[in-house]
Amino acid sequence: MRKMFAAALSLAMVSAMSVSAFADGLISVGVVNNPPSESGYREANVNDFINTFTEANGYDAKFYYSIKNDEQLSAARQFITDGVDYLLISAAETTGWDAVLQDAQDAGISVFLFDRMIDCDTDLFEAAVVSNMADEGDTAVNWLLAQELPEYNVIHIQGAMGSDAQIGRTGALDAQFEAGTMNKVVQQTATWDEAEAKKITEAVINSGESFNVIYAENDGMAKGAVAALDEAGITHGYGDDKQVIVMGFDCNKWALRELFDGNWNYDGQCSPFQAQVISDMIQTLEEGGEIEGLNENKQIISVEKGFDAYTISRKDIDTYGLGE
Amino acid sequence: MKRSGASRFFYNNSQLLIPLIAILLLTVFNLIRDPGFFSVGIAANNNGDPVLQGNLISILNGASELVILSMGMTLVTAAAGGQDISVGALAAIGGSVFVKVLKGGSINGLLVLAAFLACCAAAMVFGALNGSLVSFFGIQPMIATLILFTCGRSIAYWINGGATPTVASPILNAIGSFIPGIPVPTPILIVIAAGILFALLFRFTALGLYIQTVGINQGAARLNGISAKGIKLLSFILLGACCAVAGVIGVSRLGLINHETLLINIEMDAILAVAIGGNNLGGGRFKMIGSVLGAYAIQALTITLYAMKVPSTDVKAYKAVVIIILVIMGSPVVKDAAGRLWKRLFGTRRTGTAGKEAA
Repeated sequence: MRKMFAAALSLAMVSAMSVSAFADGLISVGVVNNPPSESGYREANVNDFINTFTEANGYDAKFYYSIKNDEQLSAARQFITDGVDYLLISAAETTGWDAVLQDAQDAGISVFLFDRMIDCDTDLFEAAVVSNMADEGDTAVNWLLAQELPEYNVIHIQGAMGSDAQIGRTGALDAQFEAGTMNKVVQQTATWDEAEAKKITEAVINSGESFNVIYAENDGMAKGAVAALDEAGITHGYGDDKQVIVMGFDCNKWALRELFDGNWNYDGQCSPFQAQVISDMIQTLEEGGEIEGLNENKQIISVEKGFDAYTISRKDIDTYGLGE
Repeated sequence: MKRSGASRFFYNNSQLLIPLIAILLLTVFNLIRDPGFFSVGIAANNNGDPVLQGNLISILNGASELVILSMGMTLVTAAAGGQDISVGALAAIGGSVFVKVLKGGSINGLLVLAAFLACCAAAMVFGALNGSLVSFFGIQPMIATLILFTCGRSIAYWINGGATPTVASPILNAIGSFIPGIPVPTPILIVIAAGILFALLFRFTALGLYIQTVGINQGAARLNGISAKGIKLLSFILLGACCAVAGVIGVSRLGLINHETLLINIEMDAILAVAIGGNNLGGGRFKMIGSVLGAYAIQALTITLYAMKVPSTDVKAYKAVVIIILVIMGSPVVKDAAGRLWKRLFGTRRTGTAGKEAA
């Protein structure tokens, strides 16, 4: 009796699942991501996927969030068991995914990676939509060079050493220091901590050394550095009469408003918006087409902007700004 | 007679030697490196107000949150014989509540006061939670506070629901930076106020004695009519209040709360300050001023490393070396040896400090 009941129940569940998977011709998608509490970037990223993979756009999407790789792996396995059509992954760690991706492939599920790469055979996924942090650094440094300052004396405040963002955003500036086109007044890590960034800037001001650029590897640290400038009576931002150029990254809405008000000069984007690109690729596959425009690592590099106090508009703040 | 008075003074305050030596060494080192290191000047800030400037001010100002937290940490250490590792997370929760209330209306003095009280209330409730785990359930303080250490910053995120909410107001500027017309950074003034409050508390109540008694021998304290559980709970609640104040300073400095980075890793520095200050981490006798000096020594070290432009990748290694030296200097073995040396040199009858403390 109990067995029959169990069989009936599982039959009911399977049929319910297949109904949900094929109801109204919706494409079922499983998204494995990091939790929105991780950062402003992640919050925007999570919302982007929720707002793109909607029923109105023809998707039946399920989401799973964790910063732990093993939890992400079991969630991905569950999605495979559930029989999703597509699996979208932003992995907590780059390793340990081979078996799961192989299972997905065997089950005929197409995998897309976003934001973070995984160390695995490129045959195991369709495409990866990622940021190139080195490009972000290059864009920012090229903008700085275009300002044609008579000399560049830079306070360089770094993020947590070894993080992707720090390595990418440091690289371009380091190249300038080595080439001698810019002078390194100080290069120090504040490990993304705003208060430490303020202390580092204060130490330079107290030493009496002159500087005319602050290159902070995220918005918060730029804000910390600016707090030190304000207390020391050093002017900053857009305009010929200003003493110091302020540069940040991440494009928080409040940071873009600082640009708009002319208090800062530059803010580099790290685009959290990958959902539309992936959705377009899924539609291509659904129509039997081939995905195009991938590089040799099967990546699509997100197009990222740099905003400047001179050109930024209110619309940019609304469109590209993160948070509130 | 005169000499024995001086000797007693040194004995009573011998635990302060280590932080004082640390500060002295850093001072001398910096003066050799850069004779103008501690020069203090006055300049106009971007609001046009005259303000004090210089490395000395940076150290005193930058250490404010740490000093306040180490005051509270001293009490918890003395009473509970263990440390609270959730102070950074708790400050982030407090700061988030502060911002949440501020975002509820247009910022004026009354709202800031309300926000501060809400922040204190929240932090003290969480402090009480930590405290009850320790006092009523007998859990090791480090384990009890591990819970909040792990989830505290997630709670802080949940309160505001955004990554880095910003708030701006001249009042916040006055709290975190300068009050117009007063050239001393406000956080320094807040630290002085907190110090006076604690001094009054110890002067006019027997709280200090109760805390020591509970820390040394719970059973004896209970037999003398002191509620050991109540005292431990109270010390955690007071630490909660300290976290609230530190959180408010941190938020006001920048007009922004980042739940992930606000006072990150400060718990370790606060515990270190208590240790450098010569307080027994196993509880009992304590001197709050020792922890305060320890906190300033740690901040002086940080600012020195920044001024020396130590490469980013090496900062922690430098810090570790200095701290190892300080901790070894304060260890019972070295103290004992120093005591014997003192005896041989000056022939007083006093045994080593460590021996006396154990007695």
